[in-house]
Amino acid sequence: MRVPLSWLREYVDLPAGETGRDVQAKLVAAGLEVETVEQLGAGLKGPLVVGQVLAIEELEGFKKPIRYCQVDVGQANGSGEPQNIVCGARNFAVGDKVVVVLPGAELPGGFAIAARKTYGKVSEGMICSASELGMSDDHDGIIVLPPEHETGTDAIELLELVDEVLDIAVTPDRGYCLSMRGIARETAIAYELPLRDPALLDVPAPNSHGYPVKVADPVGCDRFTARTVTGLDPEAHSPIWLQRRLQKAGMRPVSLAVDITNYVMLEIGQPLHAYDRSRVNGAIGVRRAEPGEKLTTLDGTQRVLDAEDLVITDESGPIGLAGVMGGANTEIADVSADPGSGQVAGTTEVVIEAAHFAPVPVARTARRHKLSSEASRRFERGVDPEAGSAAAQRTVDLLVLLAGGTAEVGVTEIIAPSAPHTITVPADHPDKVAGVSYGREIVVRRLQQIGCDVYGADDLTVTVPSWRPDLTDPNDLAEEVIRLEGYENLPSTLPRPPAGRGLTERQRLHRRVGRALAGAGYVEALNYPFIGEEVLDQFGLAADDPRRDLVRLVNPLSDAEPALRTTLLPGLLGALRRNDGRGEHDLALFETGLVFRATGDEPAAAILPVDRRPTDEQIAGLDAALPHQPRRAAVVLAGDREQAGWWGKGTPVSWADVIEAGRIVAREAGAELIVRQDQQDPWHPGRCAALLAVVDGQEILVGNAGELHPRVTKALGLPERTCAMEIELDRLEQAGTGRVEAPHVSAFPVATQDVALVVDASVPTAEVESALREGAGELLESLRLFDVFTGEQLGEGRKSLAYALRFRAPDRTLTAEEIATSRDAAVSAAATRTGATLRGA
Amino acid sequence: MSAPNKSYDPVEVEALKPEEIARRRDEALAAIAAAGDLEALREVKVAHSGDRSPLALANREIGALPPHAKADAGKRVGQARGQVNQALKARQEELEAERDARVLVEEAVDVTLPYDRTPSGARHPITTLSERIEDVFVAMGYEVAEGPEAEAEWFNFDALNFPPDHPAREMQDTFFVRGEKDGEPSGVVLRTHTSPVQIRSMIDREPPIYVICPGRTFRTDELDATHTPVFHQVELLAIDEGLTMADLKGTLDHMVRALFGEGMSTRLRPNFFPFTEPSAEMDMLCYVCRGESVGNPDRPCRTCSSEGWIELGGCGMVNPRVLIACGVDPEKYSGFAFGFGIERMLMFRHNVEDMRDMVEGDVRFTRPFGMEI
Repeated sequence: MRVPLSWLREYVDLPAGETGRDVQAKLVAAGLEVETVEQLGAGLKGPLVVGQVLAIEELEGFKKPIRYCQVDVGQANGSGEPQNIVCGARNFAVGDKVVVVLPGAELPGGFAIAARKTYGKVSEGMICSASELGMSDDHDGIIVLPPEHETGTDAIELLELVDEVLDIAVTPDRGYCLSMRGIARETAIAYELPLRDPALLDVPAPNSHGYPVKVADPVGCDRFTARTVTGLDPEAHSPIWLQRRLQKAGMRPVSLAVDITNYVMLEIGQPLHAYDRSRVNGAIGVRRAEPGEKLTTLDGTQRVLDAEDLVITDESGPIGLAGVMGGANTEIADVSADPGSGQVAGTTEVVIEAAHFAPVPVARTARRHKLSSEASRRFERGVDPEAGSAAAQRTVDLLVLLAGGTAEVGVTEIIAPSAPHTITVPADHPDKVAGVSYGREIVVRRLQQIGCDVYGADDLTVTVPSWRPDLTDPNDLAEEVIRLEGYENLPSTLPRPPAGRGLTERQRLHRRVGRALAGAGYVEALNYPFIGEEVLDQFGLAADDPRRDLVRLVNPLSDAEPALRTTLLPGLLGALRRNDGRGEHDLALFETGLVFRATGDEPAAAILPVDRRPTDEQIAGLDAALPHQPRRAAVVLAGDREQAGWWGKGTPVSWADVIEAGRIVAREAGAELIVRQDQQDPWHPGRCAALLAVVDGQEILVGNAGELHPRVTKALGLPERTCAMEIELDRLEQAGTGRVEAPHVSAFPVATQDVALVVDASVPTAEVESALREGAGELLESLRLFDVFTGEQLGEGRKSLAYALRFRAPDRTLTAEEIATSRDAAVSAAATRTGATLRGA
Repeated sequence: MSAPNKSYDPVEVEALKPEEIARRRDEALAAIAAAGDLEALREVKVAHSGDRSPLALANREIGALPPHAKADAGKRVGQARGQVNQALKARQEELEAERDARVLVEEAVDVTLPYDRTPSGARHPITTLSERIEDVFVAMGYEVAEGPEAEAEWFNFDALNFPPDHPAREMQDTFFVRGEKDGEPSGVVLRTHTSPVQIRSMIDREPPIYVICPGRTFRTDELDATHTPVFHQVELLAIDEGLTMADLKGTLDHMVRALFGEGMSTRLRPNFFPFTEPSAEMDMLCYVCRGESVGNPDRPCRTCSSEGWIELGGCGMVNPRVLIACGVDPEKYSGFAFGFGIERMLMFRHNVEDMRDMVEGDVRFTRPFGMEI
C-alpha cells in the first residue's frame, strides 16, 4: 500500500513539521512494515509554470519532426513575452495548456534547465512530460492540462509534485490497512490524534426502487449495495488532484468513472465495480458458476468457469468474477466521437456495485484463474462489510461532482443477517501474555482505541470492529494492547527450562563425522538436493536401480532437475567439477545430508483437523505418506591427495583413500567396517568396494567406495581417477558397538613375528588377515600388513603378503615356544582358508 | 722392570725420578691440550693414559720398591696420573660439546619451508554456526529436535494455523511433491520452515518443552546474491506454564549476547505470523557500530547500513490454536517461538557478500572457517 503523506493528512491532523520518516517510525512501532519513504519531487526547483501554446512552427529536415513553439507563460518569465521552445512531442495543438519549465529551473535527477541552441533555434526551456516531472512513467508525449488553469500558475503546486510516499507491506491479517482509512486509523492511534473517518457518510436508507439484485449465495456474498448514477458527461476527465493521488498510490489514471472507483477503493478499502447500465441485461445476480460457463474478463482473457467460482450475472449470464475482476461485456465504454456528426459517445449511466465477498471463494477463484487483482487482494485479506454503503455513496458523490451525473434515488442493499463478533477475555489476559502489569484501564482504553466495544470488569466482553475480521481470539486482543503499549517496553526475563539431556547420539555422531572428515582434509559442501534423470543415466544406473526411485516435485525450479536426490554424489561431484573449473585441482569434499527414496506406495498425506491433537494412527498415516529420508555421508576426491614439494613426490588420490574415508566415518559411529570387492555403478568395476557393517548379527551393506568408472568421469567432465564414497549414517549408527570396553593394558614384553605368505593374486587380503587373526588366537595383540609383493620368483598370479604379528600375554612374558605355536597356528589357519604358503618354505 | 731389591732406591729408578714423572705428566697434559678432536684425543689417551703409557709403566715399577719408598713414589705417580686423567676427561667433555654444537649447527634447517603436503579440510560455516547456536541453548537446558525435510502439509501448514486458501500460505513459496498418481496432490511439501519440527515436538513430548530446531528449508526462490531456494533455519520453541513475551525477549537477548558479546540486545516490532499471536519481527543491535552510526554520517556502518539494528527473524507467543492442534492445553500452558535464517546471520556476522558463495561449495570460501565458528 502506497500512502502519500499529503493524502494521509486529510484524515489526521499531523504536526506540521512531521516528515515521512517520522511517520514511518511511528507506524513501524505500531506494527506496520513501512519499507520505504519515497521523496517525490526531490531536487525539483522552479520556475515550472502553466503555459499556453500560441503558435507552432514545424521544423523540417531533421530525423524526426520537431516543433518550434511560442508559449505564453504569463508573467512567470518576468517579461510577459512569449517563450520560444523547441519540442519533439506532437500531442498538442495551438491553444493547449501545457507545463513549461523555464531556464534556471532544475528537474528531478539534477537536470538543470538553461536556454540553449538546438535544431537551429534557441530553446528557452522545455514543455514537460509526466515522466520528466517524476509523476509517472508515462512517456506518451507532454502533459496537456485542462483549459481552466491560468497561464503562469506555479505547476509544482498545481500538480502536487512534491510529496512523500510511504510504501507499506501489509501483512495478510491486516486487510483494513490496504486503505487510506486503515492507515489513517493506525496513524491517529499512534499519534493519539482524532481520525476523520472517510466512511462516516450520510447514506440514504435502502429502498425498493434500486437496481434489482438477487443474491443466490448469501454465504459467498453477505452484502451487496447497488447505486445508479445517470447523465454522466462522457467527456469529463479526472481532475488533476484525483489523477495525482492515483499516480502516487501506484495506479494509472484510466477514465473518470474507473478512476473514481479506484480512488474510493484506495480511500475506504472497499473494492467497487461500475457497470455500464446500458449494457447490463436485467437484474444483477450473485451465484456460483455453472460448470463450463465462459466469461471474458476486463483483461481480455476468456475464462472457462469452475462450479466453485462465485460470479456476478445478468440475464445473459456471467458479467464478472465476484471480487476478482469484471467482465468485458459490461465495461465502461471508452469515449469515442462519431467522425460524421461529431457526436461524442460513451458511458452515461452506471450501476455501482459495492459488495462483500467471503475471502476463501475469492482466493480460490483468483488462484484458479491466476488472476490476482487489487480487489481480490483486499477481499482475501478481509474487507469491512459495513463500509460498502458508504463507499457506494462516496462513489456516487464523486460521479455527481466530477462527471455532472445525477444520483438515482433507488438504493439497493442486500444484507445477509450476521451478528458482530464478540470475544470474552479476562481483563488481565494481555498482562499474562506480555509478562507486564498493564491493568484493566489500559487494556480497555487500548481496545476502544482500535474500535472495539468493551464491557465487563474482570472478564471483558469485547465486540470487535467490522473492519477487523482478524480479531477472533483472546491473544489477538492481547497483541493489540501490547503493540500499542509498545513492544519496546517489554521487560527481558529468562525462563528456567528443566535440565536437558544434551545432544542425542545421532546428533553427536553427525558432528563427529563432520569433524573427522574435515580433520582428514575434506572440505564440507552443502549442495542442493535437486537432481534429474540425466545424471543417473551418466552414472550408468540400470533401469531398476533403486536410486531411480525418485521423489518428484510438482514445481521444480528447473525442468532439468525435477526430483530430489537419491544419492549425495551428483551434488558433490558438481561441486568438485565447479572447483576444478575454477583452478583448484587437488580436491577433497564431503557432505552429510538426507537423501529421498520414493517407496512407490506412499498414500497421499491427509489434511487432518486442527481442533484437536491427531491420533497416533493419524500421525503414523502422515509419516507413511513421506518418502524414506535416510541421512548419509559422502566424499569425493580428485587430483593429488598429497602434493609434491620439497619433501618429495605427491601422491595421487586413490580408491584406498575413499575406503579409508568410509572407515573414518564408521569409526566415529563405533562400527567396524567390513570391506568387500564389489561392482556397482558409478564405480570402476575393478576398483569398487562394498562397505558393510554388522547390525544385530547380520552383515548389511552400508555404502560403497572406490574409483569412479572412467566412462562416468568422462560423461560428467570430472578429472580422471576421481574417487567417491557414500555411506548411510543411520545404518552405521545401528551398527555402533555403543559402550567401549576398556582394554587391559599388559606391561609384559611384546613378541614380534614377521610372516610372509604367498597366495593367489585373486585372494582378498582381508580374508588372509581374518584367517591369521582367528588362527593366532588370544595372544595376538595386533597384526599389520607391511608389504605386498608380486614378482617372477613367486610365479604368475601369485602375491606375497608380509605381516608383522605382535603377541603379548596379559599376565606373563611369553615363551619362545608359545610365540612359535601361536604364529604357526596363524599361518596354518591362513593356509587352510586361503591356500597360503609361507614364503621361502 | 727391575727386580725387588731391598736397597732399591726409587730415585735411582729412572722412570720414577720426580723430574721424569713430571716430564711425562707435562708431555701428557700438552698432548691432551693439543688434541684437536675426539679421534686425536683417543690416541692421546692411549699414548698417555693407556696401559703402555709411560706413567702406567712407571706405576708398575712401584711394586718393586722397598716398602719405605713405595708410598712416596706411589703418591708421586698417582698424582701425575690423576692430573692426566682429569685433563683427559675435561678435554673429552670439551671436545664432545664442540662436536655436539657442530652437529646441531650442521643439522639446522630452514623452518620457514612451506608444508602444504595435505591441504586442510573444513566444515561449512552454515553447519558450524548452526551448531554454535544450538550449543547456546543446549547449555540452557534446551534439546535439539529434528524432522524430515519432505514433510506432510499438515505439519508444515495446517497445524501451524495456516488455513487452506489463506494468503499467508502463499507468503511462503512452496515446493510441492508430486503425488504417486499423476495429478493427485501428495499432501507432501519440502518444508518451508523448520516449524513442523516444533509441531512434532509438541505431539511427541509432554510439556514443559524446550527445544531448538535447526535444519534445511526450501522455498521456490531463484538463486541470486541474496536468495537461495535451499537455506537453513534455527527455530526455538518453549512451552511451559506461565511463559510470557518478556521471557521471549529475555531469551533473544541472551542469545545475541552469547553469539555477539556483552552489551547486545534485541528489539521487537509487531508483525504477523499465523503460528504466533502476538507476533513480532526481531532485530538485534548492530554488533559492529552498536547503533552509533545512526544519524552519524561520519561513521557509516556497512553491516547495518547505518540503521543501528539488524533484522534477524520472526518470533512470538505460540498461537493457542497451534497448541490445540498439538494436544497442548492452552489454558494451562503458553509458549514462545522464534526462528531465523542461518545464511543471513552468517552474511552479516562474517561479511559474506554473495549468497552464492555459501551454496557453491567453493573450497576457497569454506576452508578459512575451519572446524568451529
